[in-house]
Amino acid sequence: MPPLLEVQNLHTYFYTDGGVVKAVNDVSYQVGEGQAVGIVGESGSGKSVSALSILGLVPYPGRIVEGRILFEGANLLALSDRDMQRIRGNRIGMIFQEPMTSLNPVLTIERQLTESLETHLEMSRGAARRRAVELLEMVGIPDPHQRIKEHPHRLSGGMRQRVMIAMALSCNPNLIIADEPTTAVDVTIQAQLLELMKSLTRELNVALIIISHNMGIVARYVDRVFIMYAGKIVESGPVAETFRSPQHPYTLGLLRSIPRLDLPRRDVLESIPGQPPDLAYLPKGCAFRERCTYAVDRCAEEVPPLVGVTRNQQSACWQAPISVTKESAGK
Amino acid sequence: MNAAQDTILRLEGLKMHFPVTSGIFFQRVQGWIKAVDGVSLTIRRGETLGLVGESGCGKTTLGRCVLRLYKPTEGRVEYDGQDITDLGNRDLRPFRRRMQVIFQDPYASLNPRMTAGRIIGEPLAIHKTVADREEQRRRVLELAEIVSFHPSMLDRFPHEFSSGQRQRIGIARALALNPEFIVADEPVSALDVSIQAQIINLLMELQQQMGLTYLFIAHDLSVVRHISNRVAVMYLGHVVELADSDVIYSDPAHPYTQALLSAVPVPDPAVEATREPIILPGETPSPLNPPSGCVFHPRCPMAEDRCSRETPEFREVRPNHWAACLLTPGYDQAPPVKP
Repeated sequence: MPPLLEVQNLHTYFYTDGGVVKAVNDVSYQVGEGQAVGIVGESGSGKSVSALSILGLVPYPGRIVEGRILFEGANLLALSDRDMQRIRGNRIGMIFQEPMTSLNPVLTIERQLTESLETHLEMSRGAARRRAVELLEMVGIPDPHQRIKEHPHRLSGGMRQRVMIAMALSCNPNLIIADEPTTAVDVTIQAQLLELMKSLTRELNVALIIISHNMGIVARYVDRVFIMYAGKIVESGPVAETFRSPQHPYTLGLLRSIPRLDLPRRDVLESIPGQPPDLAYLPKGCAFRERCTYAVDRCAEEVPPLVGVTRNQQSACWQAPISVTKESAGK
Repeated sequence: MNAAQDTILRLEGLKMHFPVTSGIFFQRVQGWIKAVDGVSLTIRRGETLGLVGESGCGKTTLGRCVLRLYKPTEGRVEYDGQDITDLGNRDLRPFRRRMQVIFQDPYASLNPRMTAGRIIGEPLAIHKTVADREEQRRRVLELAEIVSFHPSMLDRFPHEFSSGQRQRIGIARALALNPEFIVADEPVSALDVSIQAQIINLLMELQQQMGLTYLFIAHDLSVVRHISNRVAVMYLGHVVELADSDVIYSDPAHPYTQALLSAVPVPDPAVEATREPIILPGETPSPLNPPSGCVFHPRCPMAEDRCSRETPEFREVRPNHWAACLLTPGYDQAPPVKP
């Protein structure tokens, strides 16, 4: 059986005055049915643009220049806008970072929920309304009969994000894409929301892509992780193995630069020197080379491909497999 | 060294209430937002006191009261043994040189029309600590070097820099007058993790070299633990717990601190598999109308009846470990004194 989602050789470029910004630069990955995957990276790594590409929502002046996105067997890039609308918000649910900008401020919560139920599932007004209340109840909004009459600005950030989760689930999708879903909320609310998303997607067997810069969230909530740097996936694998023995120097550097609550304090954090490259002027060879302590001459010449380096892990590094001696990555 | 010398800053019963008004011409006060509602603590010379809490808990307001950017509604701010609570702008000036601030968003706090060099040099010009332009230029170069900012970039404007570089400018500006005490308000929250580590290391290095004292305000508990000697946890205008950094993380006394710590996911799937977050119900109530008794009781998994009636005092429940919770072991035995 083919995977639920298969992204193949995706290239999404932005044609700006300052040059062609290669935001997503040959990215391929798969998501199986009911699987939870994480895409991790820092700002500008291309993690969000890769998600927007799946949804056909790449903003101007961006364009998908190459690649295929197979979802439930169909190539989404070949679909018309009209057909894409039948998938987006229906078969694929979306949760964005800032619910206030994704919810319509002039519509009541009820209308936002019933709209997609009526269009996608062709429900009657009454049935859609009943379903909307049910959905709000499911995501833990107190007094759903009252709250459904309100406008988004009357809700707190956490409540708005619950509404977004309800909307994402409303049409029984097979996949939910959550782009930094809890970056705008506090840590106790973040825990509420992520636990909710985890239990609901498990229960309903919905696949979940969590896009995040937070390694902790990924460690807690996904099965498989893709690490992005400068528009490419530099490492992928099951989350436990990837964190235990990272196979790309960037992943290793990230894990080492995060202070950790569960380990003794260190005097100095091992930071990654320098900054990410300008995506409009990518250096020749590996984009991480200049910040990399493992770099060799070959790294300046050839771009390393993402290949299997252990049984389950892939890495785009000429020096892989990397043996991290005894000490686990965070220590 | 006795305790008085050791203390650089002391807050006593600090309250900062903001009026909520209605009407345009005849403004009526509708209520008070109790942003900070009775905080007492001390900061020791040379230490980093971390102040953590979620948005709206009052941590930034507290920082601004300390710097006397706000005049507190009630209570005392003592800096180096002197009461600065009621000082006017002119009298505050000598203190301003000694206390500086680093903000979260270096983009919003740097004047977009000034070059990096002018931004760093501005405090020197304002406080007239340099004799002439030549001396100012030398000092700016020195500061740039301290924060590893390339001198060739001093002629550029803030928008030409990455956020990490902008934060270096903000730090250089804060250091310009050789301060002893710095309030750092979410200084690394806007940065990516790989850059965040660079800035944290820089702040810690500077502290060692210059003997600085930090009040480090942040919402990221892992970062605060890493950088702080002691940590204070705020909730709805109150400091609910204060202890040595290692102690507060290994053995938190207040149920809020416990929940907060458990909610932070650790970047290690093996560890995560053994952790269960304590999920607090509901959300932080409004500081306009805080709950009776213990402000945390409506969300507290352990709350008893008396928690809604009795307001807990901030007490030393174990040596050097302060908490405001009626149910914490040691609370009843502890003498109700101020830290």
